[in-house]
Amino acid sequence: MLSAYVGGIGVLGPGLANWQETATVLSGGVVYSPARTLLPTPTLLPPAERRRTGRVVKLALAVALEASSRANVNPAQLASVFSSSGGDGHNCHELCQALALDAREVSPTRFSNSVHNAPAGYWSIATGAKLESNVLCAFDASFCAGLLEAMTQVAVDGGSLLLVAYDTEYPEPIHSKRPIPDAFGAALVLTPQRNPESVARIDVTLDHEPADTMSNPVLESLRLSIPAARCLPLLRQLARREAGRTVLEYLDVSRVAVNVEPCV
Amino acid sequence: MRPLLLESFTATSCIGLGIAQTFESLLAQRSGLKNCKFETVDIDTYIGEVPGVDSVRVPEELSQFDCRNNRLAELALKQDGFLETVQRAASRWDRKRIGVFIGTSTAGILQTELAYRERDLITGALPASFEYSATHNSFSVADYLRQRLHLEGPAVVVSCACASSAKVFGSARRMIEAGLIDAALVGGVDSLCLTTLYGFHSLQLSSPAPCRPFDVARDGISIGEAAAFALLERPSEQLDSDDILLLGVGESSDAYHMSAPHPEGHGARRAMQAALRTAGLDPAAIDYINLHGTGTPSNDRSESHAVTSVFGPTTPSSSTKGATGHTLGAAGALEAVISAIALRNGFMPGGVHTTQIDPTLTTYYIRENRYSSVSHVLSNSFGFGGTNCSLIFGRAG
Repeated sequence: MLSAYVGGIGVLGPGLANWQETATVLSGGVVYSPARTLLPTPTLLPPAERRRTGRVVKLALAVALEASSRANVNPAQLASVFSSSGGDGHNCHELCQALALDAREVSPTRFSNSVHNAPAGYWSIATGAKLESNVLCAFDASFCAGLLEAMTQVAVDGGSLLLVAYDTEYPEPIHSKRPIPDAFGAALVLTPQRNPESVARIDVTLDHEPADTMSNPVLESLRLSIPAARCLPLLRQLARREAGRTVLEYLDVSRVAVNVEPCV
Repeated sequence: MRPLLLESFTATSCIGLGIAQTFESLLAQRSGLKNCKFETVDIDTYIGEVPGVDSVRVPEELSQFDCRNNRLAELALKQDGFLETVQRAASRWDRKRIGVFIGTSTAGILQTELAYRERDLITGALPASFEYSATHNSFSVADYLRQRLHLEGPAVVVSCACASSAKVFGSARRMIEAGLIDAALVGGVDSLCLTTLYGFHSLQLSSPAPCRPFDVARDGISIGEAAAFALLERPSEQLDSDDILLLGVGESSDAYHMSAPHPEGHGARRAMQAALRTAGLDPAAIDYINLHGTGTPSNDRSESHAVTSVFGPTTPSSSTKGATGHTLGAAGALEAVISAIALRNGFMPGGVHTTQIDPTLTTYYIRENRYSSVSHVLSNSFGFGGTNCSLIFGRAG
């Protein structure tokens, strides 16, 4: 079993502007009304870098910043795990389109931004975070892959860490092959010890029970359509501030079970 | 950290299919770099292309995975009895407790590049045969390997540009140490594609000649492709003296620039220091350094600063990228295997293509092969986004 304390949470998604709003929706306080995800300008970055960033960077930085602010930690002191099923779909489309033309004029900025670790790189530049940063992909299982990596880092290396899971849409023609409808991201600050900002203790194990679903069909459709949103049952458990166990979808028949114990 | 055993390892690159050919090429200081004739690419550069990838076939039941990247993975699996070793391990351990950790930067994006040339003239749609998840998606190569080898443990792709397949050793190490798994297939697979060939060209980072790491006239990288794997386990009580152990892993971020390393190599220095710390070794214990050594003016200068600041100017060091090319997301794993070959054979590969070492670089760069016992090797891998990883390998005895 892997254990850690959740110190701060960040969320941004369709109709979900931040963790506070998301928690109210997930605990049943208000009805979920989806709307296009609004991505803020990454003011954390110097203007020259800001201009170069696409939607995926804006999304990842926004949730990472919210989680670290809520945890009341200096982001420069956190190691990080970034996990995404795809990366910057618009940038990828522009590159593939340029390469399909005879001239093959590839923009150097687009190429630099095409690396899967671009959001992690911009985060580190923006905050001065110099500790280890890992960037993962496990297709639809990317959230749990990130969670497992993050929990093992906290358990084995004993430091505090920022987990950021995020996905944005591809434009056509890739969209038809990978129909992610919009942007969704979630970030958790995980610490090995309890501190005054701790929201809950989580214990994570590999499991094979059926995964939890969302009872609200619109939230369930969000969970299923954007890989990063596979974490919604865990966010719901955290939002309710009740002890309980939640099972998340992972690979094939594998599941990740998370036991949540609120810090009161 | 607790050392881990490299139960088995293999590498396939332009200098050889499998360990024997790779070692032979290193001994002969033979480079696999050739003038670029890949696909329809029209760039004046040299590349490290693995011969015969196009004729490899993936098993029929996994045909959706068919692409250059997974063919390269399949070709590499077949060398050195590696596939059988993993299958034996899978019958020895619980399949659910063997993890898969693969580094790649571009996976099978070549499929998408080709598909974009065949878009429907009216609707713009990609051809029906295009398989996004099994070829384009970064995870495709790890998914291919876990299905090919029937491994059921945690599986993930690490995609941190050119440090990807060094960092997989760190992820696997943590998961084994946390007790989630008993063994791990680690490795890197990256194959030639237009995105990287034209992309590095657009940044003016690829050389028109075979790359010359640490040379006074170095002017860029030569892109290569490779697949390299290792099976990691906890070591048993009885080890052979030439068993190879993973002893240290150090990771850091530059927090400096997306596509340029820190000029003084501060991030690289912290990665090397962290690797030494986790291995519990002094810098003097390292006999040979396999440099990241890409051959760009800025990388080699930055790395040289970093290496000298940790090790001083006397530790023999070289880059094997003059032989293999820069295999990007596969470089960490390929050079881990080269480090293992060096340890097992008491051998330090001299850097090829470098004729006049840059006198302003203070690292002790070796151009000729050396033959003497090697107990500990440090291998560096750095990537875009300012991500750094150093690995330390050693002999069991």
